[in-house]
Amino acid sequence: MIDIAIVDYGMGNLRSVSQAFKKVAPGRDIRITGQAKDLLKAERVVFPGVGAMGDAMGELNSRGLVDALKQVARTRPFLGICLGLQMLFEFSEEGNTPGLGFFSGRVRKFTDGMMDPDGGRLKIPHMGWNEVDQVKSHFLWQGIQDRSRFYFVHSYYAEPLKGELIAGTTSYPRPFACAVSDQNLFAVQFHPEKSQAAGLRLLQNFVTWDGVAK
Amino acid sequence: MSLARRIIPCLDVTGGRVVKGVNFVGLKDAGDPVEIARRYDIQGADEITFLDITATSDNRGLILEMIEAVASQVFIPLTVGGGVRHIENIRDLLNAGADKVGINSAAVAHPEFVQAAADRFGSQCIVVAIDALAVDATNSRWEVVTHGGRNRTGLDVMEWADRMVRMGAGEILLTSIDRDGTKAGFNLPLTRAVADGVSVPVIASGGVGTLDHLLDGIVKGHADAVLAASIFHYGEYTVGQAKSYLASRGVIVREVA
Repeated sequence: MIDIAIVDYGMGNLRSVSQAFKKVAPGRDIRITGQAKDLLKAERVVFPGVGAMGDAMGELNSRGLVDALKQVARTRPFLGICLGLQMLFEFSEEGNTPGLGFFSGRVRKFTDGMMDPDGGRLKIPHMGWNEVDQVKSHFLWQGIQDRSRFYFVHSYYAEPLKGELIAGTTSYPRPFACAVSDQNLFAVQFHPEKSQAAGLRLLQNFVTWDGVAK
Repeated sequence: MSLARRIIPCLDVTGGRVVKGVNFVGLKDAGDPVEIARRYDIQGADEITFLDITATSDNRGLILEMIEAVASQVFIPLTVGGGVRHIENIRDLLNAGADKVGINSAAVAHPEFVQAAADRFGSQCIVVAIDALAVDATNSRWEVVTHGGRNRTGLDVMEWADRMVRMGAGEILLTSIDRDGTKAGFNLPLTRAVADGVSVPVIASGGVGTLDHLLDGIVKGHADAVLAASIFHYGEYTVGQAKSYLASRGVIVREVA
């Protein structure tokens, strides 16, 4: 039995994610793996990723991971991070790529030329520490103060069709869904593995989550 | 709008050791990157940048070991610059736990390297470092230079920054060579021109001697982030003090409890 499987499909900062889990879950079997059979025997699955969504879907397909991902994403605690959140949606404007389709809605690009209320230019990517409003109570928010800052770096954001999926929002400059949850699925646009104490607490919560508790 | 402006301490390293005098009270080993990075993390640094000042192929392994050690203890973004010339350098640094890499002279020598790097790893981890030198006393046009200003390139900084963003740079680290090491403050016209001119975040660097300089870089220079070395290294100010000061002047920062 693998305690925590981190999905390796060639897209990203897997080492940072695994280092952070080692910190919050010492002694647990944490495995970076690109093998479908490992995902299927993991107690919980983390789906990270950075980069372009078209490339990411291509990698998942060529590595034969799509079916296993679909199966584990329905059956055990599952955490999507960054691109791992976007991939759970039906469709991304990035390269007009279909996603895994767990959540209805689409992934859109921030518009160039956005301004803050003071007239300053808002940069893309949205990069840095921004406040997260916990709009829905959830086990993964336990012990994290509402409006804590997390580290973001992304140019696309998800727009869920159903408002009840949204677990957290961040403003840039308008609020967008930076955390979504449904049953055993939780996914975040920010990087908990790079968000110091608040981020580590979220990962620690994930490690103890039964996939049911809200 | 609640995105915080970032404060980024920069550490000069060589052979996997921090080389600029670090003067934390009670520091056991002034050259230990892990211990120093942890101090900055506790103080509230938003990221940490490591600059490998004597990067040679012989000691690449040492910086990788260093990043691995830091990344297992410090859970904020880590950037590494210096000697990044090949796709494999980037891959190795990211695998060791770096989140972003800074590309400087290799971008000047081969601009298409930036594009190849962004295509392969994503723009979010590609920082293009631009060293800028004022062309004349009007401080209204700037030339890209490399090797600390020793090599002039003939490239206009504004055009170069724009080109690097089109090539896929996710962020610009802008250093004023005129101001670097002077403690006279950022080159504000330069910072503002580039920060307003490009669509990606700009980190201002070079010249910080006081907390007001940090404030000016953000408010007058429009920098998305400010980088400083000596004011933090020599214990003049903590990152926490810098943030408290900026917050008192109305700048949004991530304050650490």
